[in-house]
Amino acid sequence: MKIVTGFIVLFWTFMPSVLFAETVTSFDLKNGMQVVVIEDHRVPVVTHMVWYRVGSADEHTGKSGIAHFLEHLMFKGTNTMAPGEFSKIVAANGGQENAFTSFDYTGYYQKVSADRLPLMMKLEADRMQNLILSEEEVLPERDVILEERNMRVENNPSSLLREQRNAMQFFNHRYGVPTIGWRHEIQQLTQQDALDFYKKYYAPNNAILIVAGDTTPDEVRKLAQEYYGVLTPSSNLPERVRTKEPPHLAPLRISMKDARVNQPQMVRTYLADNRKAGDQKEAAALEMLAQLLGGSGITSYLGQELQLKQKVALSVSAFYDGVSLDKDTFGLFIMPAPTVSQQQAEDALDAALNAFLETGVDEAHLTRLKTQAKAGQIYARDSLSGLARRYGAAMTSGLTIEDVQAWPDVLQAVTPIDVMAAAKKVLNANNSVTAWLLPQAEG
Amino acid sequence: MRILLIIVAWMFCTTAVFAETDIQEITTKGGIKVWLVEEHSIPFIALEVSFKGGASLDAPEKAGATYLMAGLLEEGSGDLDATAFSMSTEELAASFGYNAGRDSVSISAQVLTENRTQALALLKQALMDPSFNPVAFERVKKQVLSIIHSNETDPRDIAGRTIRGLGYPNHPYSQPLEGTIDTVQALTVDDIKAAHKGALAKDRMYVSVVGDITAAELGPLLDDLLGGLPATGPKLPVKTEFAAKGGITVVDFDTPQSAAVWAHTGIDLKDPEFFAAYLLNHILGGSGFTARLSHEVREKRGLTYGVYSYLASYDYANVVGGSVASSNDRIKTAIEVIQDEWRKMADKGVTKEELVAAKKYLTGAYPLRFDGNGRIANLLVGMQMQGLPIDYPKTRNDRLNEVTIEEVNAVAKWLLKPDALRFVVVGKPEGLISTD
Repeated sequence: MKIVTGFIVLFWTFMPSVLFAETVTSFDLKNGMQVVVIEDHRVPVVTHMVWYRVGSADEHTGKSGIAHFLEHLMFKGTNTMAPGEFSKIVAANGGQENAFTSFDYTGYYQKVSADRLPLMMKLEADRMQNLILSEEEVLPERDVILEERNMRVENNPSSLLREQRNAMQFFNHRYGVPTIGWRHEIQQLTQQDALDFYKKYYAPNNAILIVAGDTTPDEVRKLAQEYYGVLTPSSNLPERVRTKEPPHLAPLRISMKDARVNQPQMVRTYLADNRKAGDQKEAAALEMLAQLLGGSGITSYLGQELQLKQKVALSVSAFYDGVSLDKDTFGLFIMPAPTVSQQQAEDALDAALNAFLETGVDEAHLTRLKTQAKAGQIYARDSLSGLARRYGAAMTSGLTIEDVQAWPDVLQAVTPIDVMAAAKKVLNANNSVTAWLLPQAEG
Repeated sequence: MRILLIIVAWMFCTTAVFAETDIQEITTKGGIKVWLVEEHSIPFIALEVSFKGGASLDAPEKAGATYLMAGLLEEGSGDLDATAFSMSTEELAASFGYNAGRDSVSISAQVLTENRTQALALLKQALMDPSFNPVAFERVKKQVLSIIHSNETDPRDIAGRTIRGLGYPNHPYSQPLEGTIDTVQALTVDDIKAAHKGALAKDRMYVSVVGDITAAELGPLLDDLLGGLPATGPKLPVKTEFAAKGGITVVDFDTPQSAAVWAHTGIDLKDPEFFAAYLLNHILGGSGFTARLSHEVREKRGLTYGVYSYLASYDYANVVGGSVASSNDRIKTAIEVIQDEWRKMADKGVTKEELVAAKKYLTGAYPLRFDGNGRIANLLVGMQMQGLPIDYPKTRNDRLNEVTIEEVNAVAKWLLKPDALRFVVVGKPEGLISTD
């Protein structure tokens, strides 16, 4: 059992992004909808997903939360379907469904017996263009979202602090606004806001269909043409150009006290480059850097230094995702040991980072990481929905299928020099936000 | 995310594989029984080994010993210290998980075909010869203490602890899995060694393997891996009954959203009416939007993001329970609606349409759970631990379909006891006070 103390958002992007070219096929429909098919015939099941290239970072100022609100409202009926009927039909077919919203994408999926694929396509295609909303559906759902926010954020001091930290890290970019929305803005969202957003962004030429499981490209092509191919593309999709961060000129700090906190902890993030189409080398070096520094507990550099040798931390980790349309972050987490002050812990962390920058990469460690990355390609095949999500997230974040498939090789090609260059660039204090979460009692 | 994916504490609903899946039962030369599914398309195996007992074996003053022991299995063995052990695992790209639950300790391993002999030799070291080195012990103990400390201010955790304390006085189920600050502080390396000796014994062991291996190859590997474990272990806990009386317990905690849980006595997995109860619960408060609780509390009134009921049939106690979270000014209404629905269901039962829909969903969703080697290995061990036959996957849907509306409604009458429900509410719930 891994005793996980600490950081609640565990990115697991290290496992390389696939796979086996022969099992992945892609093509476009005439109306601009992209289609990806991931074949696996072990069991007669398919995962059917539609991803839209729109997320909370595409929202207008003052309307935070509308992308996520709309995601909820997409279950509330169309011209031909009553509210809730979508879910009833999926359930009556033994299907499982859900949806998700992020900064850069919104996605909907169903996992069903392979022979129900046409029905899922019919339902999903219907709600791409025929959504109907009424006040009596919209208002209670807004309350549901406020309760969702209560649960995820208001009741959770580390989530509250994460929102504040992100706002400081991205003070001129929409990544600084939480996907679920600020409470006071959620309260003002209307049915018309949701419909406006829907009409603007929900169209086949802004969507990606991913089908993974017991199917064939031919079958998917035929069905996709029948159900999605007839939808009208939008002629005025907005370009996804977001405001950019100006140069950050000084390290930022925040320290939040909350009576509900018993265990002091710190997260520090730095602005970092994201994976870019055709150019993933720096991101791969950052990925390896995160793994080397703090990706594997006590065997990672910071774990060795701060947990084992100096015993100043109960837990320490480093994280980097890289799949985002715009600039991303590189992060560090530390939970000080009981008798260690926050200053001591942070000083020890900084000293360890400096030492790492001087001593350089342990090549044996890098080799182990590459071995694991290779094996990760094998293990990853065990989870089809995981694979499907990997493609969806990448393709809605400016990457191509080729980028996804090249990623394992790009990771394998990372050299110690690449890692050190990426480290020196990313660990720039002026680009950082250091956020401490502290118990109320603490000085 | 539209629905919070909840992990149901209870295994039954996940004991499923395709009827056409070929599960072999083999017995190794050394006498170890294992369920095997050969799946050669991906070059790795998933191995699941589970031992009954778990944290329930901890004596009250040693609460947390089993949890800490499981956390220490990966912290060095034989001549390898914690770092060396982890590095060896990384070099083989193997993955070993050690989990201490209330009723069991389990090991989940994924190893590549190309180096499975070395990888399993490493796992064997961890299981048979863990060092429980004092340095690692102190370090991991501090981590566990910080978890316990953090849980003390988590509303949902407080709710769970409170209702277990009320429900299972004088039974290990009342103890937190991780122990308390006091009990964990007092644990010694010897306590951990004792917990290890008791937990991993062959008389309570269940094994399954799914993946790229044949029966002939697997036997010797398993004998080598597990053959040296002790034949017997300590006596398992005794059954208990959920003892809390109907009412409400409010735990004052300053946070905007109250977390509530509720429970009363439940139904045993082996009860002939279990399938009827299973359908009943799905209609009342199962996951998804079609359940009555979700419809009434969430869809119609917007009182919560998630409300669920569940049958929690543990090894030593059975309850019907549920959970909900609503802001402090709305939780009272949410609980009233839940009580109403509970009563309505007990009195009037389900409708024909609801039962048809529930059967369609549950029988259709059954094969979907079979989605990966690791997952299946886990399910097969769960089935064995519940004493289900190897052909269970082939008969399960038929048995579910045979349940009549009369049976469901008869179960609703005796199983659901609205007046016996004990609610625990953690927060600053407006208009709610403890009833006793």
